[in-house]
Amino acid sequence: MLKVTPKTKKILVPLISIFAGFLVGALIMLIWSYNPFEAYSSMFSSALGNMNGIGETIREATPLIFTAIGFAIASSAGFFNIGLPGQAQAGWLTSIWIVLANPNMPKVILLPLAVIAGALAGAAVAGVAGWLRAQFGTNEVITTIMLNYIVLYSCQYLMQQVMSSKLRIDTDTTKTITANGSLKIDWLSSMFGDSRINAGIFLALIGVFIYWYLMKKTTTGFEIRSVGANPYASRYAGMSTKKNIIYSMLLSGGFAGLGGVVQGLGTYQNYFTQTTSLDIGWDGLSVALLGGGTAIGILLAAILFSILKIGGLGMQTIAGIPYEIVSIVIAAIIFFVAIQYVIGLLFKSRKASVEEPEQKTDGTNTANTTSTEGGQR
Amino acid sequence: MENTTNVIEMKHIVKDFNGFKANNDINLTLRKGEILALLGENGAGKSTLMSILSGLLMPTSGEIDVRGQEVEIKNPTVAKNLGIGMVHQHFMLMESFTVLENIILGHETTKGPKLDFKKAQQQIEELSQRYNLNIDPKKKVSEITVAQQQRVEILKVLYRGADIMIFDEPTAVLTPQEITEFIQIIKELAKEGKSIILITHKLEEIKRAADRVTVIRAGKSVGTFDVSDVTNNRLAELMVGRHVNMKLDKPSAEVGKTTLKVSDLKVKNKQGILALKGLSFNLRAGEILGVAGIDGNGQDELVRALTGMQHVDSGKISINDEDMTNQKVRKITEKGVSYIPSDRQKYGLILPFSISDNLALQNYYQQPYSSHHVMHYDLIHQHADELIKKFDIRTTGSSLPVSDLSGGNQQKVIIARELDLDSDLIIAFQPTRGLDVGAIEYIHQQLLLERAKGKAILLISYELDEIMQLSDRIIVLHDGDISGEVKPEETSDEELGLLMTGIKKEGNAFA
Ligand SMILES: Nc1ncnc2c1ncn2[C@@H]1O[C@H](COP(=O)(O)OP(=O)(O)OP(=O)(O)O)[C@@H](O)[C@H]1O
Ligand SMILES: [Mg+2]
Repeated sequence: MLKVTPKTKKILVPLISIFAGFLVGALIMLIWSYNPFEAYSSMFSSALGNMNGIGETIREATPLIFTAIGFAIASSAGFFNIGLPGQAQAGWLTSIWIVLANPNMPKVILLPLAVIAGALAGAAVAGVAGWLRAQFGTNEVITTIMLNYIVLYSCQYLMQQVMSSKLRIDTDTTKTITANGSLKIDWLSSMFGDSRINAGIFLALIGVFIYWYLMKKTTTGFEIRSVGANPYASRYAGMSTKKNIIYSMLLSGGFAGLGGVVQGLGTYQNYFTQTTSLDIGWDGLSVALLGGGTAIGILLAAILFSILKIGGLGMQTIAGIPYEIVSIVIAAIIFFVAIQYVIGLLFKSRKASVEEPEQKTDGTNTANTTSTEGGQR
Repeated sequence: MENTTNVIEMKHIVKDFNGFKANNDINLTLRKGEILALLGENGAGKSTLMSILSGLLMPTSGEIDVRGQEVEIKNPTVAKNLGIGMVHQHFMLMESFTVLENIILGHETTKGPKLDFKKAQQQIEELSQRYNLNIDPKKKVSEITVAQQQRVEILKVLYRGADIMIFDEPTAVLTPQEITEFIQIIKELAKEGKSIILITHKLEEIKRAADRVTVIRAGKSVGTFDVSDVTNNRLAELMVGRHVNMKLDKPSAEVGKTTLKVSDLKVKNKQGILALKGLSFNLRAGEILGVAGIDGNGQDELVRALTGMQHVDSGKISINDEDMTNQKVRKITEKGVSYIPSDRQKYGLILPFSISDNLALQNYYQQPYSSHHVMHYDLIHQHADELIKKFDIRTTGSSLPVSDLSGGNQQKVIIARELDLDSDLIIAFQPTRGLDVGAIEYIHQQLLLERAKGKAILLISYELDEIMQLSDRIIVLHDGDISGEVKPEETSDEELGLLMTGIKKEGNAFA
């Protein structure tokens, strides 16, 4: 067994996992007689090889960052929010609707309004599950799954029956939004080879910062983490478990809603009827788990995920590898990153929890002096 | 002679946690058929040493011989095959499983592909009878008492064929009666030729149960002694490295106004049965009121009602003349109530959080530790370091997760946090559970200091000694009601024992 310091381990383990994933992917392709070098080079060249590819990769990562943060907040409070697809979808439709309904409003008002409304819509959907959990102890896994369906079909109903026909092309597709409500930035798009990259990425970076700040620096984050780690002791410390359940679900849904907003106001510029729950919801869950729930981890995992997705397209079109094989290869890579905890066991890390070695010296002293001053008399 | 063969020799054991040596050159020998007590302060390294012996931790260096053979105990399976079994400080049972299932878990007797429950049950019943354990293997673990759960742990170890048995603070969770029974059980086991290591902080128990005692201090061996050759005072000194006052000097109480007034308190338990049947008592500033009684006579409900964790059905609780019945937990805390819970890991601490976060658990939301919802971690750390020093919490740093602390030091974290609140009323529920004599002395001193400062202290304990030593008055709880009120200097263990079983006093001589 190898002996390494905790810090090296933290960096080494994910790298080795990713490498192992690519290796297994290569083996799979070899078995099916495809050239793995060609395949991987087409993956990287299409995802990162030109400005358009980079732009698309970043664009792909944008909503995932939001939904992953949504998942991570709920899970620090001890909830498994798998309603991210529905919450994102609610955010998407709401933001598009608001923009379409106010074509003449100035951008400085309309854009923030649409973004906030989208976040609130996501929060409202998740809030229902939170409230049910706080009030009746209803299992959030079941309620959030059911809410995915409710949102899916409610959106369909709203499109067909409620939305004014002036706002849509047909019952399945809305009109394209006007520039005063769009996250598109022309110079950014053209800088990145006319890709669909948009201001959403800036919002996402702010989101990552807010997430980190909220969880690590505020009393709200402290309470959410505390309730998630030990609800009993938290109650004894005067925290309200109910309040924190609802807060964390509202925040979680808010972020998931923003994932839908950037998809609508950024990527697609409209809303169109969905037949299944949104991928960005499910992928966000994986990204959060891959990133270990930390702010920086989520950012990196979202980028990795997007490289694989965008690169996967390239593998099909450039290297001619069938969709099924590409999916297996991508799954293998993700699988290996996900089991990095297992790979981590290969290293006999010297107690990973402490990172401030300078505390060792005085600490040892405290521990070795027998308690002569124990009584303080 | 048989009884001088060493079944275990641990030589120069060192265990290094990231530069901190929890064990630093420890020697220990265990003879066949003896009960060896392992004594040391909180954080001295006892659990660490025993985890090494049972394969949960690997030593950094040192040698272990089992029955004369040098071995490397890489994992618990190796330990099991060597006949070493351990009953842990915190039990490891599955609540929703039956006793039988718990015992055979991971050690299933199979008949073909099927589990042979019948045979296992028979074996367990035999063992249970042979050692007088009185365990019904068909009961669910959630249905039996803590003492019975411990016997299940013992059965588990026996069932796996251990003849070297390690008990890590087994008596910390037992009532005095249960302790007597427990000692009988292990003596019986030793007579059968099993070799036993017993960790306990109670010197009295060492006297009663053990043949020899090995003392360790701050990770180092101090020595091994025949129990009959050393006095309790000497043991305490060896362990702490200084003189320990076994007797407290308690100045007479200077009692002030009434801080806590409980009148006709009725509280239902989880099953909806009245657990407190109209309790009334007063507690004044500068006074320690002891609540004695056998576990399960309403202590939990009393504490939960006072701290705002449980709904009060009728009656009134007032603190400093203000009605605090059915108030929110935080409101009660802010009104001036500190609380030291008996189950520290469940109610007192957030185990994955750092020591400093745990120390801030009651005031993180207040100035100066946060303002406008933003935490000031630098101040929280600084304050934690002060408390760590003041309360002598043994650790390598305040950012360590509190779960890495030894059991006793975890308790000190809670005590430091709660006493630091400077509340008028301190509710201490088994405050010294699992603490070494030095630490107990320290906690008792602290409580007396608080008393001298004019705080009112409600001390709920199953430890009669503790109640007798500290209390100014004692009320005895039996079946949700007060079966008597006595003064420590006017009563005896016998009288308290009778009151605890509900036999009321004739004529109220001392009330
Ligand atoms: N995983 C760990 N990492 C760092 N330090 C540790 C770890 N486990 C234990 N320690 C430290 O080692 C020391 C010895 O701990 P141990 O649990 O063996 O004490 P103990 O003698 O059993 O005490 P107690 O009577 O309180 O249970 C303590 O100071 C503890 O903080
Ligand atoms: Mg211990």
